[in-house]
Amino acid sequence: MSRSYRIRRSFAALLAGMLLSQLTHAAAPSELQAAYTAQAGSPASPDRGQALFTTHHGREWSCSSCHGTLPIRAGSHAGTGKPIAALAPAFNAERFADAAKTEKWFRRNCNDVLGRECTAAEKADVLSWLRTLKP
Amino acid sequence: MMMTLRTVTCRVLLAFTVLLGSGHIAHADGDQRATHLPPLPKYRQECASCHVAYPPGMLPPESWQRLIDNLPRHFGTDASLDAASVKELSAWLTANAGTYKRVRAAPPEDRITTSAWFERKHDEVPAAAWKRPGVKSPANCSACHAQAQQGDFNEHNVRIPR
Repeated sequence: MSRSYRIRRSFAALLAGMLLSQLTHAAAPSELQAAYTAQAGSPASPDRGQALFTTHHGREWSCSSCHGTLPIRAGSHAGTGKPIAALAPAFNAERFADAAKTEKWFRRNCNDVLGRECTAAEKADVLSWLRTLKP
Repeated sequence: MMMTLRTVTCRVLLAFTVLLGSGHIAHADGDQRATHLPPLPKYRQECASCHVAYPPGMLPPESWQRLIDNLPRHFGTDASLDAASVKELSAWLTANAGTYKRVRAAPPEDRITTSAWFERKHDEVPAAAWKRPGVKSPANCSACHAQAQQGDFNEHNVRIPR
């Protein structure tokens, strides 16, 4: 890896991080995905996103435990039973419309499902899969 | 003359109804009044995403304080929030917490559902009913109390799913 490439790449990651932190209010799902992808430095994969979402990662819950395996309709909280509105943005305009809210839920829920925060690449993967789900 | 009499009768009836209604609210248990408190928008937004907006009056202040101090480990889930939100919620929850007799003692694990008053109020509910798919957990108030989200836990509106 050449030095200039590395510099360019870390600059791009820095820029993406700044972009994400500035998107504290309204943002489109496509913009959020672009920011996560830029931060990851590699293209998003919907297939990887679906796999991450639907499988267990050594813990009690997967993402699907609350959101359903196909989050195009309401799920229900695995602990409390409270209905959770559809997650795929094409089915619920409130989803991935706010960068701060998106970051908050990724932080909490990745911690519950994986026992750690998700990487930018993982967030880009999941969001890219959710964006493939259309009515 | 008949009209006037009818109007008077109507007014008396109306006044009586209003009196009955307000009397019901004024003389209800302390917990009834506490449950009708409109939730802080932040509370509804942050806490009621995952569960019913439990009325603050159902736990004593020290329970709320412990819960709010431990949001990253909230009954097995990460419910962490930014510092400003934590501060706002903490102030509102402790200010509106239950201080009347039956809520004064912190329940085991700071769970509303382990409070003595909760167990007493639900002692007619068969153990199996809590496990039904439509209920899942005693924490799922709205499974049976359809108006729970609005703070209405009146037992006359209870419908236990089959």
